[in-house]
Amino acid sequence: MPLLDRNGLKPDEWTISEDGTADAPRILVAFDHLKDALSGNGRGRRIGVTIANTLKSDALVPYLNDIDLVSIAFPSYGDGRGFSIAKQLRRAGFKGTLRASGPLIADQFAYALACGFDEIDLPQAQAARQPVEHWLKAAASISNTYQRGFGEQNILDARRAARLAGK
Amino acid sequence: MYRYDEFDARFVRERVAQFRDQVARRLDGSLNEDEFKPLRLKNGVYLQLHAYMLRIAVPYGTLSSRQLRQLALIGEKYDRGYGHFTTRTNMQFNWPRLRDVPEILDLLADVEMHCIQTSGNCIRNVTADHFAGIAADEIEDPRPTAELIRQWSSFHPEFDYLPRKFKIAVTGAARDRAVVRAHDIGLRILRNAKGEIGYEVMVGGGLGRTPMIAKTIRGFLPKTDLLAYLEAVLRVYNLEGRRDNKYKARVKIMVHEIGAEEFARRVEAEFAQLDGPAIAADPQEVARIAAYFAPPAYETLPARSARFETAKAENRAFATWASVNLFPHKVPGYAAAVISLKGIGDAPGDITSEQMRVVADLAETYSLDELRITHAQNVVLPYVKKDDLFIIWQKLVDAGLATANAGLITDIIACPGLDYCSLATARSIPIAQALAHRFADEKRQLEIGELNIKISGCINACGHHHVGHIGILGLEKSGQESYQITLGGDATETAAIGEILGPGVPADDVPDAIERIVSVYLAHRTAGETFIEAVRRLGLAPFKAAFLEKTHAPA
Repeated sequence: MPLLDRNGLKPDEWTISEDGTADAPRILVAFDHLKDALSGNGRGRRIGVTIANTLKSDALVPYLNDIDLVSIAFPSYGDGRGFSIAKQLRRAGFKGTLRASGPLIADQFAYALACGFDEIDLPQAQAARQPVEHWLKAAASISNTYQRGFGEQNILDARRAARLAGK
Repeated sequence: MYRYDEFDARFVRERVAQFRDQVARRLDGSLNEDEFKPLRLKNGVYLQLHAYMLRIAVPYGTLSSRQLRQLALIGEKYDRGYGHFTTRTNMQFNWPRLRDVPEILDLLADVEMHCIQTSGNCIRNVTADHFAGIAADEIEDPRPTAELIRQWSSFHPEFDYLPRKFKIAVTGAARDRAVVRAHDIGLRILRNAKGEIGYEVMVGGGLGRTPMIAKTIRGFLPKTDLLAYLEAVLRVYNLEGRRDNKYKARVKIMVHEIGAEEFARRVEAEFAQLDGPAIAADPQEVARIAAYFAPPAYETLPARSARFETAKAENRAFATWASVNLFPHKVPGYAAAVISLKGIGDAPGDITSEQMRVVADLAETYSLDELRITHAQNVVLPYVKKDDLFIIWQKLVDAGLATANAGLITDIIACPGLDYCSLATARSIPIAQALAHRFADEKRQLEIGELNIKISGCINACGHHHVGHIGILGLEKSGQESYQITLGGDATETAAIGEILGPGVPADDVPDAIERIVSVYLAHRTAGETFIEAVRRLGLAPFKAAFLEKTHAPA
């Protein structure tokens, strides 16, 4: 399925292997098999995990230093649980790649990035209707919002900077 | 009142451009109807029975004269010459064309207004006490808090795809005029034993098909913790609120199912992990917002206005209006005047473009250029000198806006109902009109005194019928409209859900049924006892008995 990040489309270097048995340099395993995949990981493979948006982020915290990617499922664009999970994983110190996987719409791209996602794994049908230019344009449509702690900049800190510069 | 700085202005302009682009992507097929729907809803565009409806945010009910004039212009140019104020203090236009919406948004942005998050499964327009800043029982003005929340909740990256809509209300006074306990989050500003200002946080209120009164989950939250605590509440709800059934998706259901204590525990656990100072607005920002709501430059006036007293003595109609539609102002010599949008026979909350201009002119000349919209669908002139009341009233009379019924039986809240709304199961406005005609007599209204009737045209309860002293719910039974009557609801700090009196009645029988209920009160009340006080003392039984009496003699 097409994969995109803030720079545009990118190749997917990960191999889905639910039970972790595939012989590939980067494998994406289901959460239920994560423990086994990590313990049997003598071959220097990189491990990522796919999770449902019903998984408590606490359950993943013990593994965060050992995995390179977390792919959070978005069963529909209207189900915003993944945004909160991403936020919690970043707070817990996860430094790897966060992937949103599901039928998101371009207008959610900015939100996903602000919550800590790096990339979107989009079903073919959505990608066919919403070309990558739409995503990049949508991500830039609102230049600044009001929440601190989401993304690199926000209006409150910009006001503060303006105050400090002006006085 | 709050004014946009360059950041706010840019944000709203970018939002207009974004919506224009979204409409274009819908029209060229990039977005399908399912994908476009939440996007248009989050911009206040509904598809109603006959046309699109546009809902414009009036944050915490505050408007300037210039803004109201712009609404008047929009009403004339894009609608049918009128608009409708809702129970969330927003303005709705019922007849705009979808292709005109981006142009309307530009006109709104010109006067620092927008339609952001007036619908959809996100944090909605924040409401507050309409007498904020002028009520004597106020601990602190709730508007700076409401404005801070308005900004924080706008385009929140994490909380724009919630299980269901989410409504927040703020009061800063002892008396609750913002119905905070009927909100997903209600905030009450209070002072603790040490004299510090903070918030009581209530969660899980709401009306709709499962009415609930909000429960307190934090007795005292320091002011600086507000945004972090809201983030914790919303995160818990976003992650754990039900998404399997849209009718069980409001936070009130979650609070009810797991209990307020457990909900509070989960919120506190999340809150404990947050870096509060990194989320909070810094003190200078809080002060910047608060400065917009600083008390205006009041004149030093005597508490008693000779001109006002003389006019009352000489004009009985004015004296009646003054006794009913004025609210005491904390500053001597001033009053807040309620302009009723409940003229006998009018649709509650409707106002013509011409009337909007009259009201805007009055506010500009006599009320420091400011207006408030109330959740009861009326308008308030908040800063009026008593000396000016008579001339204001005369101008209101000329504009058909001097109905003396604020808080009385004909000051009815009603949703648009089956005349406009695609969700409605019955008509609301005609019921309100019939009741207004039945109780039109001014003397009789005054004798009955304070009594709130609230009418909803379906179980979604936009007309707040659950918290009406008398609530009327329009349902549909085998093709016929049927109206269920409830009694004893209360929208104030003693919030309560009304109880059903008996089987539904047909539309034509509603006025008689209400008449019988009122008669019980008039027959049994003690000196000075209001309707709702009498209902509490007497209980449901005598009212029920009267309600169940047949209006028609047996054939």
